[in-house]
Amino acid sequence: MQWESWSAFWQMGGAAPFVWGSYGLTVFLVVVELIMVARRRRETVRRLLRLRRASANGRSGRQVFEEIVE
Amino acid sequence: MTRPERGKSLFRFAAPQLFYPLAGKLAPWFAAVAAIFTIAGLWLGFFVAPTDAQQGEVYRVIFIHVPAAWMSMFVYLIMAFWSAVGLVMNTRLSFLMARALAPTGAMFCILALVTGSLWGKPTWGAYWVWDARLTSQLLLLFLYLGYIALTQAIEDPRRADRAGAIIALVGAVNVPIIYFSVKWWNTLHQGASVSLTKAPSMAATMLAGMFVMALASWAYTIAITLWRVRPLILERERHTDWVGAELNALEGKV
Repeated sequence: MQWESWSAFWQMGGAAPFVWGSYGLTVFLVVVELIMVARRRRETVRRLLRLRRASANGRSGRQVFEEIVE
Repeated sequence: MTRPERGKSLFRFAAPQLFYPLAGKLAPWFAAVAAIFTIAGLWLGFFVAPTDAQQGEVYRVIFIHVPAAWMSMFVYLIMAFWSAVGLVMNTRLSFLMARALAPTGAMFCILALVTGSLWGKPTWGAYWVWDARLTSQLLLLFLYLGYIALTQAIEDPRRADRAGAIIALVGAVNVPIIYFSVKWWNTLHQGASVSLTKAPSMAATMLAGMFVMALASWAYTIAITLWRVRPLILERERHTDWVGAELNALEGKV
């Protein structure tokens, strides 16, 4: 074990802001990326379902497109 | 639409219809591998690897910095590879793979730059210097952002695919420049951490932690790319019967 105590561990020999800043940013970016990927999937599926429902109602692709872009 | 022929060859997965469910099945496994390797790598890095004789504890940034920098370069090369395959073989899925990789490559590139700068401040006394390694790595970030912006700005998907592929291929020249910059120029950035020809300059446990974290980054990249490519496939193939069936199954659940 490298550390005498947990507080020594968190202090990282005085380099805490640099070490924990690096790992903190990593965790933050990974979480953001996972959320973005999940959201993108949901949005795509919903949009494709809307598109299909609308075109089943007999509207042209262009009308549907304009509605969705709004 | 007829089902694609189910040959024995792995190439049958180049068909979006077969790749889509395969990606969905594989992604959670790669994510699990990434999680396990991350835990193992952090344990090695923080509890097994010794304090560095010169740098003290701040060197522990290495377990994220080096894998992130490696991945930022690998991912760009893989994007260039898929772009080349797409241009030569005209396979739709290849371009989508390149597109799905780009945001993760950019993420690793940002991580490499920021963790490097957090490491640079206490060891070099500066967050940033314009040496060849740092400058070429910053250029890599602009290449990623340029690729993403260009592929999203062009409306016609096939033209966007091709334009993106050209950026990916031309920009790939920068990757060996980043890698060898510490040899070719006199940089403040230290030389290669790992070399096949020289004896390792680091303790074995430090190296082990770095490699395990690199494997975790690989597994993470594969998982997130497979997840990201799936909606891209649905979107691109939306006029096909199989996407229609997939949407039926998803109706009300999403």
